[in-house]
Amino acid sequence: MLINFAVNGEQRALEVYPMARLLDVLREELELTGTKEGCGEGECGACTVILNGEIVNSCLVPVAQVNGADITTIEGVAGEEQLHAVQQSFIEHGGAQCGICTPGMVLAAVDLLQRNPQPSEADIRTGLAGNLCRCTGYMKIFESVVRACQK
Amino acid sequence: MRAFIPNYQLTTPASLADALALLKSEPDVWKPFAGGTDLMVLLEAGKLPHRNYINIWDLDELRGIDATDTHITLGALTTYTEIQSDPILRSEFPMLCQAASETGGLAIQNRGTLGGNIVNASPAADSPPALLAYDAEIELLSTGGSRWVPYQGFHTGYKQMHIGPDELLARIRLPRNTKGWRHYYRKVGTRKAQAISKVCFAAVSRMDHEQIVDTRIAVGSVAPIIVRCVQTENALRGRKLDTETIKLACDTLSHEISPIDDIRSTANYRLQVAKNLLTDFLLSHGLNG
Repeated sequence: MLINFAVNGEQRALEVYPMARLLDVLREELELTGTKEGCGEGECGACTVILNGEIVNSCLVPVAQVNGADITTIEGVAGEEQLHAVQQSFIEHGGAQCGICTPGMVLAAVDLLQRNPQPSEADIRTGLAGNLCRCTGYMKIFESVVRACQK
Repeated sequence: MRAFIPNYQLTTPASLADALALLKSEPDVWKPFAGGTDLMVLLEAGKLPHRNYINIWDLDELRGIDATDTHITLGALTTYTEIQSDPILRSEFPMLCQAASETGGLAIQNRGTLGGNIVNASPAADSPPALLAYDAEIELLSTGGSRWVPYQGFHTGYKQMHIGPDELLARIRLPRNTKGWRHYYRKVGTRKAQAISKVCFAAVSRMDHEQIVDTRIAVGSVAPIIVRCVQTENALRGRKLDTETIKLACDTLSHEISPIDDIRSTANYRLQVAKNLLTDFLLSHGLNG
């Protein structure tokens, strides 16, 4: 089937199998490899993207369901010359280690701050709850988001 | 092993009527596909049972939350995120909101639907215990029309339910008759969050002084289906709440559920936790003697 959707503000038209995972279409067809595959079953959040203003696990979204949609991947988070405040904060406060969870963590935090610019600590924990990290021990990620809110 | 994606169809109907017509035209060939949070996991594991799916995600007729004086009605595609932000659900049906908030993380809650949780028919699902305790009714739609049935009795065995091959779960309706009741929901898993339940307990009750006037209790992950514990309710109704009543209720409950050993827990642990949760629920009323 032919689908049309916007990725990071750019209109794309693609011939796809309807049940193809959005994750695979982004990575393999559009070569947007910032979106990572972790568990492939909606547990880890590594494949998080923002779909029509809400975070989703792109491994669980068949591409037929994004026809006409607006998608933001990690490649669309930074401005032309400047990183997003969340990205800058992850660099400054050691929020990234091996990097596999980082795109999902950043998008979950960006989404949280869009919905709630002054989140409580509990809001931040809940906002990141669907994203697993196996290196940092989470505190540096949590602190990166706290600091990003203060900017 | 991963599924071979070209083998699968996912067609998007233009309207609800088109979706129902397709279900009718080729019985058992087409299955509805909503937010995908369960079905895509099976796809990736190569275990998706059917090949042909109808994408119902864009059907607005299956969305929205409407309230009357007597009922609140949720479209089958209402997401866990939408459930948590509805003011009437938050004030009158807090167990459903709590279940929604404890189902996966936000990315799952944005896609997972109440109707999907029902027809996926997992005995470990989080929202059905609350729906059973709230006496939910469900609407099944087909080209032949609509029928409302009690949710209790809908599931008949593991992953089995009373739904025709041409029927679509369209709406879920809750009677607004538990205002001022006690609502108790607790999910016990390996972790406090992001875990599938070992036992999930939902109950409502109305007391008059020390007497239990009415109660409805449902428990998940302790049988092939989520169990509405009618015998335990009957044992409690009209009784004074004391230690003897609690013991009687726990004994009754242990005959009403049939937990098993599986990857998440053991039968013995589940039985003990179910009794502990029932006790905790009853003690939460305050015990005076």
